[in-house]
Amino acid sequence: MTDFTPFLSFLGGTLIGLAVVSLMLVHGRIAGISGILGGLLSKPNSDEWAWRAAFVAGMIVSPIVLHAATGSLTKITIPVSYPALLVGGFLVGIGVSFGSGCTSGHGVCGLSRFSARSMVATGTFMITAMATVFATRHIFGG
Amino acid sequence: MTKIISAFAIGVVFGTGILIAGMADPAKVLNFFDIAGTWDPSLAFVMGGALLVTAIGYRLVWVQKAPLLGTAFQLPTASDLDTRLIGGSAVFGIGWGLSGFCPGGLVPALGLGMVEPLVTASAILAGMVVAKSAKSALDRGRAPAAT
Repeated sequence: MTDFTPFLSFLGGTLIGLAVVSLMLVHGRIAGISGILGGLLSKPNSDEWAWRAAFVAGMIVSPIVLHAATGSLTKITIPVSYPALLVGGFLVGIGVSFGSGCTSGHGVCGLSRFSARSMVATGTFMITAMATVFATRHIFGG
Repeated sequence: MTKIISAFAIGVVFGTGILIAGMADPAKVLNFFDIAGTWDPSLAFVMGGALLVTAIGYRLVWVQKAPLLGTAFQLPTASDLDTRLIGGSAVFGIGWGLSGFCPGGLVPALGLGMVEPLVTASAILAGMVVAKSAKSALDRGRAPAAT
């Protein structure tokens, strides 16, 4: 079980939105994390590479900043095995590349633009994620 | 330099939002998907908060002619609902359901000093590299006369 946290989750969501809007206001860019990570796989020679690397670095140090601000380090629990992380991660990498985006790019930025592609993508990955969890927990697992 | 500092700061805000929201926690993410079991609907509130701010904020921003540190807003132009979009998204969802990590949830988790996020990140990057070459191979097959 995990605790139902509607207020904290909503607050976190508004901060995500604030960052997404800021990236558009300041840099004119969509805040799709898979696209930004994918951009880092190209040659590190441009301004493009530099802002992406800085953005990702900021995300990586965010737990340290939050720890300093609140005095407690965010705790996460990983309820799956290493094979599930490896296979799952690999499929995430393949999927976001062919699908041109993930939860942030399609789910937040795209839906906010009322993009038909993003609506289809978000509906699709939400359904297959739920089906996968149903299969692993209620058909094959448990 | 201003671009780098601002991108870094925005990354910190994004990551902080992810952490507070619970999106970096696979247990919470997988429980969101587990409607038939230990369902935790919290992440619907993450989407709600993020969409509310972004849908309004984007429109206020687009009143401007250009971004503060750039020449133009760069928005996706594709509009096809093609096989790659749907198939790719389906595969992403399967991977998300297996691991509990989406890319945005994973990156802040990298800063927690745990091994599992690092392992997942290498698998995601490997998938991206494979997809990149698979895509260019497919594109070559599709348009052999282009070169």
